[in-house]
Amino acid sequence: MTSDLPKVLTEDQSHFRDVVARFMADKSHSSQVRKLMATAEGFDMAVWRQLCDEVGLAGTHIPEAYGGFGFGPVELGIVAEQMGRYLYAGPFFASAVMAGYTILLGAAEPFKEALLPGIADGCTIATLVMDDLNRPENVGKRLVWDGETVSGTAPLVLDAQNADLLIVIAGSADGLSLLSLNSDSVGVNIIPLETLDSTRKLASVTFNKVDALKLGVITQALLDKIWDHICVALCHEMIGGAQHLFETTVEYTKLRYQFGRPIGSFQSLKHRCADLLMQLEFAKAATHHAAQCLAAGEPEPYAASMAKALASDAYIEAGRAAIQLRGGIGFTWEEDTQLWFKRAKSSEVFMGSPHLHRERMMTMLEVML
Amino acid sequence: MKDEAIRAEVEAWLDKHWSAQRTLFEWRNMLVEGGWAAPQWPKEWYGKGYDQAQTSIVSTAFAKKGAVGAAQSGPGGLAAETILTHGSDDQKRRFLRSILTGEHAWCQLFSEPGSGSDLAGSSTKAESIDGRWIVNGQKVWNTSAHHADFGILLARSNFDLPKHQGLSYYLINMRQPGVEVRPLKQMNGHASFNEVFMTNAVVDAVDLIGGEGNGWAVAATTLSFERRGFAGNRKVGSLQGSRLGPIYDEFDKETRIANEPYTWYPQRQGRVDLVIPRAKATGAINDPAVRQEIAKLISMHKASNLASAAAESKRQSGTNEVIPAGSIGKLAASVIARQAAHVHTMISGADAMRSGADSAERGMIAETLISTPAISIAGGTDEIQRNIISERVLGMPKEMRADTGSFRDIKRND
Repeated sequence: MTSDLPKVLTEDQSHFRDVVARFMADKSHSSQVRKLMATAEGFDMAVWRQLCDEVGLAGTHIPEAYGGFGFGPVELGIVAEQMGRYLYAGPFFASAVMAGYTILLGAAEPFKEALLPGIADGCTIATLVMDDLNRPENVGKRLVWDGETVSGTAPLVLDAQNADLLIVIAGSADGLSLLSLNSDSVGVNIIPLETLDSTRKLASVTFNKVDALKLGVITQALLDKIWDHICVALCHEMIGGAQHLFETTVEYTKLRYQFGRPIGSFQSLKHRCADLLMQLEFAKAATHHAAQCLAAGEPEPYAASMAKALASDAYIEAGRAAIQLRGGIGFTWEEDTQLWFKRAKSSEVFMGSPHLHRERMMTMLEVML
Repeated sequence: MKDEAIRAEVEAWLDKHWSAQRTLFEWRNMLVEGGWAAPQWPKEWYGKGYDQAQTSIVSTAFAKKGAVGAAQSGPGGLAAETILTHGSDDQKRRFLRSILTGEHAWCQLFSEPGSGSDLAGSSTKAESIDGRWIVNGQKVWNTSAHHADFGILLARSNFDLPKHQGLSYYLINMRQPGVEVRPLKQMNGHASFNEVFMTNAVVDAVDLIGGEGNGWAVAATTLSFERRGFAGNRKVGSLQGSRLGPIYDEFDKETRIANEPYTWYPQRQGRVDLVIPRAKATGAINDPAVRQEIAKLISMHKASNLASAAAESKRQSGTNEVIPAGSIGKLAASVIARQAAHVHTMISGADAMRSGADSAERGMIAETLISTPAISIAGGTDEIQRNIISERVLGMPKEMRADTGSFRDIKRND
């Protein structure tokens, strides 16, 4: 039933990808990434403004009625893929992807109208506060909404220290509630965390009876849908990064001489690269398919989890190979490979490790088959 | 010519001539006369010069009518394409027609015990003596050689030249005293292939094809058609309609013989289709470790299909981007088959010790477990595929060679 979905980008989509790639190549060089990752906020506000004003990327997937461009998961994937490739450091994923998608899919109409335009034009930096980043079934156990205030701790929140607006999913008497509050509200305590990948800023967020606005009710099915949308964007980020690691590694093996020959002429390295290419092609095909599925209204429910498991494994394998094939230099701080390796590790476990997604996929598959 | 005109023409021709009461031989000769046996071939050689799309209009019309087409034996098709590309007019006249009618069956004589992945290392010897070629040597993995009338043969006509330059390509008559065919039994008990021993076998001078010393170039043509999926037409039997009439009996028999070597091929690919049903039937579906492995398998299988489909779409869109689908697909099939065998073993547990018709899935699981090792060897080993991917797709440097200079001086096993 999914055989009719588009398999390749349209001409317009390819053109869009080139525009995004040029912007990222210009604004997110690794020297810039290194500079930003050493700062507390981890991003350059001037670049963020350009990204939102000149290219309009934060509104890619947000409908025109709410101030966006009205594209979908495929185009958002194009953006995320290039951001992953250039290791863009900034609140795009937290604000546009996580908070943006959650409001779009879960908030009642007036709140979409009120909140989405700010996210789409980047004037509001938002993030999604969930108390579990491993599996959707666990969400809502540590954050509690009593009908007026929210309390509890979310131990890992992306870019909370940079956010103006917190979109919160909390447990309540009638299931999960979707809430919004300003990050400077009384009773909010945001503590920045040291992170393995310093290009991705995290904080813990604790609420002590904080007043919030209820935007809607989140059923388990809806949370799964939100989770899938976020995962598929993350998959694009991962395959973009993996592709970068792969290409630079193959080039390195052609230039590095040992034993009087380029190391890329040794079969052991060639075969590893061939296997990695295959793994990467699988991850890319699964990711692009998952985005097409979301765009078409999810005709294949396990596509997102399949893509998340494949893309995570491929990115990690690309990271391992990128270091191993460079040898000692690959393990140094100075060499850029480490930056992508850490992003790969962080992405592997963000929104569900591969084995959790495989289990999630099986749960869906055994009902279907 | 417009598609609609082609469809009208072929349908009209079939309406006029098709009858299930004819003999297969009689019908196929009519096809050849009418140009419908191989419409993609040139007009002067039994065809109509159609492109791929036009040819598929013809096949569709045949299938719709339930009409039998030209003979489809894999090696015969490869021989025909090779002869069309490199053969003399005399060779085309003598061989092409009987391939299309199915009157003559062919086999491919390429691999040798000492030359597997290294096909250009062939050491079967062809000597020109008194105006004829005398051939001595052994070939292996020859599908259908036991009922072949002719073979396409790669042999060495000069041992002093570098390996690729000393090869010649011949069309050899299999029905002669110097050619002995023996079945080769595989580890899974089937005998889908043969060994062919040539002892002073004779090839007439006129059956050298492409000229002396050009064997490698001619073989490359055969291999390129083989890679395009010419080998073994296993889609026969898709004809629609009532299928009543004597011609179908003949055709079914021919199909049965042609397909006989391939009955275990689905098992070679790992029988992914049986995994979930077997896991449910045995209860292994509840084992978290098994679930992880099943999910890995299904993901690879599905992603491989998606990647192929994407590559196909790109090809159709006419991109000049390098699309590594072919070799990757081959490598993927190996990885998938291996993982499927692994999963089937987990699902069966101790029952995997059994085999035969009374064992799981009428013996198909057991056959899967002992057939999957073939897929990473047949048609180019995984290692060769990885070389192709890394060198041709990724542009990585070639390994240093130890087989340059005169063939006589190259270290080999014989």
